[in-house]
Amino acid sequence: MTTTITAEVFQDLRGVGCPMNLVKTKVAFSKMKSGQILGLILDNGPPINNVPRSVTREGHEVLSQEQLADGAWSVLIRKA
Amino acid sequence: MIDFTEEQLERYSRHILLDDVDVDGQEKLLQAKVLIVGAGGLGSPAALYLAAAGVGTVGIIDNDVVEISNLQRQIAHFSKDINIPKVQSATEKMSAINPDIRIRTYREYLCADNISEIIMDYDFIIDGTDNFPTKFLVNDACVFLGIPFSHGGILRFNGQTMTIIPGQTACYRCSFRKPPPDEVPLCAQAGVLGAVAGMLGTIQSAETLKYITGAGDLLTNSLLTFDAKTMTFRKIRLDRHENCPICGSEPQITELVDAEQAVCGLA
Ligand SMILES: [Zn+2]
Repeated sequence: MTTTITAEVFQDLRGVGCPMNLVKTKVAFSKMKSGQILGLILDNGPPINNVPRSVTREGHEVLSQEQLADGAWSVLIRKA
Repeated sequence: MIDFTEEQLERYSRHILLDDVDVDGQEKLLQAKVLIVGAGGLGSPAALYLAAAGVGTVGIIDNDVVEISNLQRQIAHFSKDINIPKVQSATEKMSAINPDIRIRTYREYLCADNISEIIMDYDFIIDGTDNFPTKFLVNDACVFLGIPFSHGGILRFNGQTMTIIPGQTACYRCSFRKPPPDEVPLCAQAGVLGAVAGMLGTIQSAETLKYITGAGDLLTNSLLTFDAKTMTFRKIRLDRHENCPICGSEPQITELVDAEQAVCGLA
């Protein structure tokens, strides 16, 4: 049996630079319950290097990150 | 829950990025009501920072008009504002920084008769007055109504401030029983280094934002003093006193009264 984790809230942050991508991530978290999963699409470069690190520092759990065909990254995060 | 506009998210992004403020802290700021007593040296930076921070309702009370001798330290007022009411001048600057906020102005002096009615609607008060009688009046009214406030005072190169949560932490009278006798007006003769007003008023603003958002630890049960000449900061522990004449177990002060006051225009 395979388990697929799916995001309950999803935000495509392609084209949104630092730090507004983190601001929007925090706004999304503020409307979610603890344990829910947020799915993000982040640009390659500073966004993928910074956003997962920042949310981890705030206690959330990065479940996966995988690069897409266009170079952007799909990231799943469980809200603390 | 507030739905922030894109513009608000950008405007307040540096608050939202702080873990201790975050989205809900900024919401609390937008819903908060803060009254600034005095639009002078302390009230000017406070007005600008509270407006910039998005404090939803800012009240400001002052009866004076802008004079040229104010401009050395009262940074909300510009040369073009001479002779216009300070509350009007401060309002223009606050709206220019942040059109999001509501501003209520009171062009009058605070006294025993009007203070309760004016302050009762606010969540937090910044005391930016320039004379001891009004500082005691603000303390007493805030203790009676249970409204948290920031005490502040400046003179020459020195500043002092403490934050008071009535019923929980030391009030101003716990340590300073009554206005000093034969008070030398703090104003014209004494002088004050302009930036000292900004330092102190900015500390009071930070305490206000911390109180509203719940971030950090407040400057309660302690008096922060600094001397800008040596740039020495000191925190003196001040405990609540059982025999405080207003917040102690058997208070002698049970109503608000005006002390005779030397009205002057420094702060
Ligand atoms: Zn007391």
